[in-house]
Amino acid sequence: MNRTTIIVIGVALIAFFSYVSYKGMQRDPHLLTDSPLIGKQAPDFKLAVLDKPDGTFSPADMKGQVWMLNVWATWCVACRDEHPRLVRYARSAGAVPVVGLNHKEIRGDFALSPDQLIRIVPDQKTVSPQEIVLADQRSSDWLSKHENPYALVIMDIDGRVGLDYGLTGVPETYVIDKQGIIRYKEVGVVTDENLKNKILPLIAELQAKS
Amino acid sequence: MKRLLMLSLLCLLPLSAWADEAKDLAEDPVVEKRLIALATDLRCVQCQNESLASSRAGIAQDMRREIRELIKQDKSDQEIKDWLVSRYGDFVMYQPPFKSYTLFLWLGPFALLLVGAIILYSQIRKRRNLTPEAGLSADATRRADALLNMTKDTQA
Repeated sequence: MNRTTIIVIGVALIAFFSYVSYKGMQRDPHLLTDSPLIGKQAPDFKLAVLDKPDGTFSPADMKGQVWMLNVWATWCVACRDEHPRLVRYARSAGAVPVVGLNHKEIRGDFALSPDQLIRIVPDQKTVSPQEIVLADQRSSDWLSKHENPYALVIMDIDGRVGLDYGLTGVPETYVIDKQGIIRYKEVGVVTDENLKNKILPLIAELQAKS
Repeated sequence: MKRLLMLSLLCLLPLSAWADEAKDLAEDPVVEKRLIALATDLRCVQCQNESLASSRAGIAQDMRREIRELIKQDKSDQEIKDWLVSRYGDFVMYQPPFKSYTLFLWLGPFALLLVGAIILYSQIRKRRNLTPEAGLSADATRRADALLNMTKDTQA
């Protein structure tokens, strides 16, 4: 092996690693990984519906139609940026139902921290009823103030459903097809660009399928 | 006035009696120990460069709570990891699993080491061929002999 060969190999290696790191640094860290849930059945749950006493909702209720699940909360600042877009979408013709999954609607005054809430809540039923009333009240007020784009809102007080959906933050949005399979997941705010270029074409495509 | 102020401040003093001992983080230290051992190898999905053990993000707290519960249900470490991977993907583990798409990641350094070793070996071999024979030419031997004999003679 002569000197030229060695130099060529060296330069090739440096070029390769530079290219890999250059490409790697351009990627959005939020999109580092595709959710393993895409292409799988949306995890089942049963949660109370906001402002509908005794009303519950399960993903199975939406079988046969394409729908969106949007995770939000009144304490979520980024949701305020996303919200008008959802309202506009919900009012547009042919919009699919958007179900609002309220994630951990806990008191913003820190009178009750998530940890305390968790301690009271080994399972959903034992959350202090008073806290549920307050969480519902806050959510309803927020929605009447900012307009309500949701077909219905469900309350995930302790965030368990969020975990089952592989939630990494709020907001997140899922597109679920007629068979109840998750087809798309948006981590973070749904932008105009992604709504127009990804979500709307996907919904149209999914609706065309039987 | 000053006295009154002093007095009212002194009245606040007994409030410190309310101070309590710091509460134990966990009710069950055994569960907590396993949780920490597990969570150090897991990634907080919200703040991706932090481990699940150290993160204070809301999601991380939820995940720790869920892991605590799985531990209490006597699930094995592998079952708990699978539970998380099925929701968050391999990304949730700091140590990537050995799979077809991580082959380069795992074997790449060894492949590079091997390439280096091959280059080193071939270079050493080439160098060895280049170094002249250790023996002396006939002419040089004669001259060396002459020199050696000369010194012998003078010594004698």
